Amino acid sequence: MFWELFQNPIFQITIRSLHISGTATLLSTFWSLPLGMFIGLKSFPGKQFVKGIFNTLLGVPTVALGLILYLLLSTSGPLGFLDLYLTPQAMIIGQALLVTPIVVSLATSAVESVDPKIQDLAKTLGASEVEASLAVLRESMGGIVLAIVASFNRAIAELGVALAVGRNIKGTTQVLTTVIAMEVERPNIEYSIQLVIILLAIVFTVTILTNLLQRRIT
Amino acid sequence: MRWLIKLKDVTKRYGKITALDSVSLEVREKEILTVLGPNGSGKTTMLKIMASIDEPTSGEVFFDGEKVNNGNRGNVRKRSTMVFQKTTLFNTTVYKNVAYGLKLRGYSKEETDEKVKEALELVKLVGYENRHAKKLSGGEQQRVSLARALVLNTKLLLLDEPTANLDPKNVSIIEETISRVNRDFNTTIVMATHNMFQAETLTSRVAVLLGGKMGEIGMPREILRGPSIDLASFARLENVFSGSSKILREGTSIIEVDDGIEVEAAVRQSGKVTVFVRPEDIIVTKSRLFSSARNVFRGKIVEVSDFESVVRLRVDVGKEFVVQITKRSFVEMKLNVGSTVFLAFKASSVHLV
Repeated sequence: MFWELFQNPIFQITIRSLHISGTATLLSTFWSLPLGMFIGLKSFPGKQFVKGIFNTLLGVPTVALGLILYLLLSTSGPLGFLDLYLTPQAMIIGQALLVTPIVVSLATSAVESVDPKIQDLAKTLGASEVEASLAVLRESMGGIVLAIVASFNRAIAELGVALAVGRNIKGTTQVLTTVIAMEVERPNIEYSIQLVIILLAIVFTVTILTNLLQRRIT
Repeated sequence: MRWLIKLKDVTKRYGKITALDSVSLEVREKEILTVLGPNGSGKTTMLKIMASIDEPTSGEVFFDGEKVNNGNRGNVRKRSTMVFQKTTLFNTTVYKNVAYGLKLRGYSKEETDEKVKEALELVKLVGYENRHAKKLSGGEQQRVSLARALVLNTKLLLLDEPTANLDPKNVSIIEETISRVNRDFNTTIVMATHNMFQAETLTSRVAVLLGGKMGEIGMPREILRGPSIDLASFARLENVFSGSSKILREGTSIIEVDDGIEVEAAVRQSGKVTVFVRPEDIIVTKSRLFSSARNVFRGKIVEVSDFESVVRLRVDVGKEFVVQITKRSFVEMKLNVGSTVFLAFKASSVHLV
């Protein structure tokens, strides 16, 4: 029975979607969270300008980023030698870039919303600079979790990047959104509706779990 | 007497603003030193430098015999703790708040449990361990902050207006704890306040900080009772009034303080003067007193502060007066916020600044 489920194309597409978007979110968090914390905690010349850029990038159309990545990664592009075009890896990188402004902006504002005295407090209780920054991170955890979840939801629901660098190849780069887009055109409405329900179920479940998690944190 | 922390010509600038201007101060071991000064006089900046969470722009800080520098600042920081004026708490339980510093110092779970319990006993918050710290009342929150500092048993405890904006019950718990910690654990305490009464009742020495400059330093009695020039310019000094004075035929002067309030003073001076009346020199009665007191005003109590054996009242008679009476009188007279009272003081209790 498990084997049958595993063979089911819908199941495979769903797992691939979760894998690609989950990995992309984690990858993005890896660089965006320290960046967001840095912007939130430190004062430096041009800070508002940097924040403005990331806020503007929040609204970048996925097709625009998709096109840029296509031009870079396609066989004739400058990064074509990496052989990433039409692979899940290309989709992961693309989605990670797509959600970077979300993690950076939301993490920055989460860190900025923490009482600025927390750092001084941690220090006077004996914390080093790093430990004091970790105290701020802990205080802003609710907002950080929200940043990560919002990024995941954006990644799993986007179409532009996945289509531009993945091209909806059966068995390798097909994800929920690309399949839905193709099946609607055919038109194979019933199949599309099934996939849309799964997509919505994932987004809702993640959001509900986050709410529960946030309540436990705060 | 040995000193624990010494500031030598410490100046601190934030951009163009000079928060501290060449301040020198020695804090003796085991004493409670009050830094008295109005808001914005540099008290907090000075405490933060003492706590090694801020660095002076110029000047030197010595802690327990060693000069504080970038190399040892982290280490020195662990030997002092500061409690901020605005209560700052981690967004978690009371236990985790109090245990934070112990965790950084690598204490075991058992040791931490025991120390947290002792600290909460000191501030009378046993049983609050699992409560969410930010959901407590303002006074309880400040007591958690105090416990979190006390649990570390540091040599130096820095308190920035620890009782500002708190109700009398919490004020007296905090004051009691401060005295006890100093007495039982020999903790050296530096407390910033603009509450002169606290300076007088709790502390061994008072240092006056005005506009970032260190003024007089001495015993509370010398500073607060004497005709202190520094204190006269202290904006938050209670019962200070300025007005124009006219010499009366009787030899006293009448000073029109504005709002139609006139104060009679046993001095002979005309023109613009500033005078003050000590809170303990004012008599409070429920009906108009027929007495030798030349100054009698009718007003309403607008604030009550409790200080162990005495109570301090803020009474609005058109101008606000601060008066001090014993707790017993306060109870017997059935006074409270909103009560109408009469204030009386002699012309000889009015001092020229």
